Amino acid sequence: MDPLVADRMAQAMREAWGNASSVHHFGQQAKAALDRARGSLATLIGAEASDIIFTAGGTESDNLAIRGAAESLEPAGRKHLITSAIEHEAVLTTMKALGKRGWRVTTLPVGATGVVSVDRLRDAMTDDTALVSVMHANNEIGTIQPIAELAAVAHEHGALFHTDAVQSAGKIAIDVCALGVDMLSVAGHKFYGPKGSGALWIKRGVRLVSTITGGRQERSRRAGTENVPALVGLGVAAEVAVRKTATDGARLSALRDRLEAGILSSITGTERNGAATPRVPNTANISIDGVEAESLLIGLDLAGIAVSSGSACSSGSLEPSHVLKAMGLPHARTLGSIRFSLGTANTDADIDRVLDALPPIVDKLRSLTTAGGRK
Amino acid sequence: MSGGVDSSVAAALLAEQGHDVIGVSMQLYDNSQVTESGQRAFGTCCTIDDLYDARRVAATIGIPHYIVNFESQFGEHVISNFVREYVAGRTPIPCSHCNSDLKFAELLDRARAYDAERLATGHYARIERDAAGRYHLHRGADNSKDQTYFLFSLTQQQLSCASFPVGHLDKDTVREHARRLHLHVTQKPDSQEICFVPDGDYPTFVEKQAPGAIRPGTVVDHNGRVLGTHGGVHRFTIGQRKGLGLSSTEPLYVLEIKPDAAQVVVGSRDALGRTRLTASGVNWISGVAPTDWMRVAAQIRHRHSAAPARVRRTDEERVELEFDAPQTAMTPGQAVVFYEGDEVLGGGWIE
Repeated sequence: MDPLVADRMAQAMREAWGNASSVHHFGQQAKAALDRARGSLATLIGAEASDIIFTAGGTESDNLAIRGAAESLEPAGRKHLITSAIEHEAVLTTMKALGKRGWRVTTLPVGATGVVSVDRLRDAMTDDTALVSVMHANNEIGTIQPIAELAAVAHEHGALFHTDAVQSAGKIAIDVCALGVDMLSVAGHKFYGPKGSGALWIKRGVRLVSTITGGRQERSRRAGTENVPALVGLGVAAEVAVRKTATDGARLSALRDRLEAGILSSITGTERNGAATPRVPNTANISIDGVEAESLLIGLDLAGIAVSSGSACSSGSLEPSHVLKAMGLPHARTLGSIRFSLGTANTDADIDRVLDALPPIVDKLRSLTTAGGRK
Repeated sequence: MSGGVDSSVAAALLAEQGHDVIGVSMQLYDNSQVTESGQRAFGTCCTIDDLYDARRVAATIGIPHYIVNFESQFGEHVISNFVREYVAGRTPIPCSHCNSDLKFAELLDRARAYDAERLATGHYARIERDAAGRYHLHRGADNSKDQTYFLFSLTQQQLSCASFPVGHLDKDTVREHARRLHLHVTQKPDSQEICFVPDGDYPTFVEKQAPGAIRPGTVVDHNGRVLGTHGGVHRFTIGQRKGLGLSSTEPLYVLEIKPDAAQVVVGSRDALGRTRLTASGVNWISGVAPTDWMRVAAQIRHRHSAAPARVRRTDEERVELEFDAPQTAMTPGQAVVFYEGDEVLGGGWIE
């Protein structure tokens, strides 16, 4: 978390503790804090503040966009939904749930590059397609999808277009008008804001059915007393991102490229997963032959290096990554893939440390695998 | 770290002594797996809760904690062996296979890859190293909790990197340590059943796992006279009295299981006693088998009092063993473990 975010959140907890819906002075202070945050986030994504609905995170934003649009367009006879095979679970599981309740769901495949094809979407569109939801940047491999082209195709058939921009907001420049989308999800903790803060931008005129019903907060689209400190944090994070995105992005992608090139050249049997460009600057996904990601994660963590596999869940089950699977990677390679996510605090020295620590750990784990076959 | 009190205290004591401890829990089966009929494949055991318990204990102690996924290895080494043995009319001990083929094999290898010097567990057993540098395995100080019966297959090499921090304690003391160290599992009950069959219904588990291998057959007396029918030899173990589905004036016990003929032979209790057995897959802890008959105390079940016997090697990995007095219900698939005092000399699988 950005230190400025933490400071302003603490300040908001002390000073803006009123209920933003209250008429009195304290309520007004809270409301003013929310208004400012809404304006800051609007600047980050090139939107009008009044079109932003605050939520408790990316997953909730995705649910509101998909369930809200599906239900809203159901009376018009549009019961077809389209998404891609590499979406975040927040989208995929929601689509699946709607599929069980009578909607037709088409899941677009991706090739080895991890990019959704515009032609595939064109083929999948029908007259009763209600909504197309394709993520802006993938969370496991970082590839950026051709959102503007995809949205144009959806609109040709009168369908709405939603994009989950949780991985891209704050990392690359975003302009909702240039993207041409109808809804866009963001999450605060992906750009140094707090967890449990998020937003859905909804283009003016797009009607949604609320998923959380109750009071009239957020223009009656998301009921419940606003979590003021978290949303203040989201706003401050957006302000910081607006200042830093351009310079930090270039610096991070240079570090990321050096890390990637270093690993690919120093360890045999390694490959980058997904297209190199266009990609968000912080993500590198690499498969390492003959090693299970799970073992590698532990070895790296013990060496003070925190990475993810994008596949293991908290219960320790070994589900292969649905993203890598959708890209057609063989099962063994999906289990041997790890994801490095760089952040603003990372330096050249960090990259050197990883490049020093990784090869011996891989060697040790590989020697175990080859020593296998015990009785 | 299973999430139980023994391994939790083992980890906590090591950390307290200043060791650099890494907590590891093994995920052994997918508890959320649901069969096509909608039933849970592995019962409703609280495994996920156990992993959470381990994680919470690690956080209390202040050590890192990882869950390693050994589902495929557990299925391959332990569950498939368990099913195969029951189908073949034997009564397996999955805990022994889990110790020798997973914990002190795959998990130990992992530990080495992370530069750990030792693998510590919560077993009630003690390891001693003599002046010549050889390792000896002794029963846990708490004889009622002793687990050496499940550890007979450990080798010198495995013992050299193993550590049993609660082996010299009794259970009450272990719980006392848990309380002192503020571990929330202090009052957690001991696990009783085989972990992947929490309801203890082994026949149903075997039927679900290997439906094609189940063959009904007959229950006969020692003369081959048919007394009844049964749903498969996997439903029986030597010495079993309940669930035979027979009405008889005198109590009948399973004396022998003939898997090829799908026959279960029953008879009176006095016919259950035997003095001789042979065992295969024999391990001698010292690494050296005796060259001639050797006096030992032999134990043929987890809950059997080791009885005087003599044992002799017959080939590379087999022995014959003769008890001084007849022992009830020698059961193929179970282990026979040889002791001298409280030291484990070795053991093997009853044939």
